[in-house]
Amino acid sequence: MKCLVVAEHDGATVRAGSLAALGFAADVAAQTGGSTTWLILGHELNDVSQHAARYAAVLAGDHPLLAAPTADRYAAVIDDQTRRGEFDLVVAAASTFAKDVVGRAGGLLGGAMASDVVAHRWENDRLVMQRPMYAGAVLATVVLSGSPQIVTVRPTAYAAPQPRTEPAEIATVGIDAETLPQHIEWLELETRPTHRPDVSEAQIVVSGGRAIRDRDDFERLIGGLADALGGATGSSRALVDAGITPNEFQVGQTGKIVAPELYCAVGISGAVQHLAGMKNSKMIVAINQDADAPIFEVADYGLVGDVYQVVPELIQRLKDEPDRHHPPPES
Amino acid sequence: MKILVPCKRVPDADQKIEVHPDGSAIISAHLPFLLNPFDAIAVEEAVRIREQRDGETEILAVTIGEEVCQDELRTALAMGADRALLVVCLQPPDPWNVARILRAVTQREQPDLVLMGKQAVDDDSNQVGQFLAALLDWPQATFASRLNFVDNGLRVARETDAGLETVTVSLPAVVTTDLRLNEPRYASLTSILKARKQSIDQFCLADLAVELEPRLEIRHLETTASARSCQWVTSAAELVDRLRRETH
Repeated sequence: MKCLVVAEHDGATVRAGSLAALGFAADVAAQTGGSTTWLILGHELNDVSQHAARYAAVLAGDHPLLAAPTADRYAAVIDDQTRRGEFDLVVAAASTFAKDVVGRAGGLLGGAMASDVVAHRWENDRLVMQRPMYAGAVLATVVLSGSPQIVTVRPTAYAAPQPRTEPAEIATVGIDAETLPQHIEWLELETRPTHRPDVSEAQIVVSGGRAIRDRDDFERLIGGLADALGGATGSSRALVDAGITPNEFQVGQTGKIVAPELYCAVGISGAVQHLAGMKNSKMIVAINQDADAPIFEVADYGLVGDVYQVVPELIQRLKDEPDRHHPPPES
Repeated sequence: MKILVPCKRVPDADQKIEVHPDGSAIISAHLPFLLNPFDAIAVEEAVRIREQRDGETEILAVTIGEEVCQDELRTALAMGADRALLVVCLQPPDPWNVARILRAVTQREQPDLVLMGKQAVDDDSNQVGQFLAALLDWPQATFASRLNFVDNGLRVARETDAGLETVTVSLPAVVTTDLRLNEPRYASLTSILKARKQSIDQFCLADLAVELEPRLEIRHLETTASARSCQWVTSAAELVDRLRRETH
């Protein structure tokens, strides 16, 4: 299959999730005698195009009107490039960006779309995929009819391909400002600055739940433990609803799906919606006052106790043992 | 202002989902069903918009499915929807066909705004709002956590992976709701009783001139289970010790 991978980027590099999506596409291409090509949209794309070209050929759609990810414009360009290039498969990482933009492109391209794919095989000339349903309680085996097929994959389920020895070709695509829809005006992005890694990409995630009473406590306990472990911070829905953490921290069915080397659930009871976002983590540690909390059913290590007592002691002990507690680097 | 709110009947998310031994479907016989929580947020937001606009707003709830899906339409009516419409469809349509049916309803009803859940908590696809906006060539604002009417349309705060993004969309538009948009009200007993007596319009696919075009075929379902067993530790010191041993 001829695969087009829609990249998500920060202007300098392609996001780790998009590299995982390329990993999926590269496997499909290898099994079917196909190819992989990036589609990168935005403005001033030189740096990110060069980064992307280390992995696959690049189509760059560079225009001031694409500076912000407005769904109508981005979807129009994805639609146009998919048709022009006669791509069979359009792939992206399952993020809010792709759900918004690639989902709309899927509507323009005939609606053969599978979201959140976690496994695939090529069988009798069909791409057979698996995706979770019912907050991850059920795994569905699905096939798509029609072409092109649109797939978003869970980055946690796929690995980035090896970089190429020589960079691939970078081509720019023409953007016709006249025909771009302009019914969505992008105004601003409000984001809380942090020195910690992104929760979706971190190897270690420390998440706080209802037991945490306010912002200062979150920073001191969850932030403190994350720093002691060199990880990112996340949270359950309860803390976002309470205004203690921003929405981008939410781990769960409708928030971010993570599968780090180590996930520490601190004061999280473990509603099914939260478990859906973290239960595939390599190792799970749960600290909760209630020994019957469902979080312990998915945990490898459980500690029953008051997080306000346990966590400061954990932070202290980890600080006393520098560099002896980190999991091995990504293999 | 006319607001169309698509509603979906889904199993209660707090229930344990089990699958038939042949993997063909979930076992639904004894499952409680309810209005998809994100759709309930959409109904609530539509009612709040009508409250703010001195009543000059009509809210139409629509669902697609079997007769039994009228239950969820009555939930929407009890919460404050003015009218309800059932598109009878005996096979559950995939997201593409849901969007095509909703396009036909939209063309018939001519709403100014389609307000709907960002995803249904059964199949978790998160596609229909985006498909519908594409099919209608309308602007979209997905994952809304705040809505304000402004001169040239709607200002929407969106929950994205990077933070809270603000966009303005012209009307008509499709807006999909996220968790923080509002907290849906509980319908009063009086309004629940009143909703039971309200008539619900029914259409079949032929009335809407829609023929299904299947795109997503579900071949098999299986349940997933955690294979972990929790090892208990009794102190922070022991936990640090175990972690150190696990990672070296």
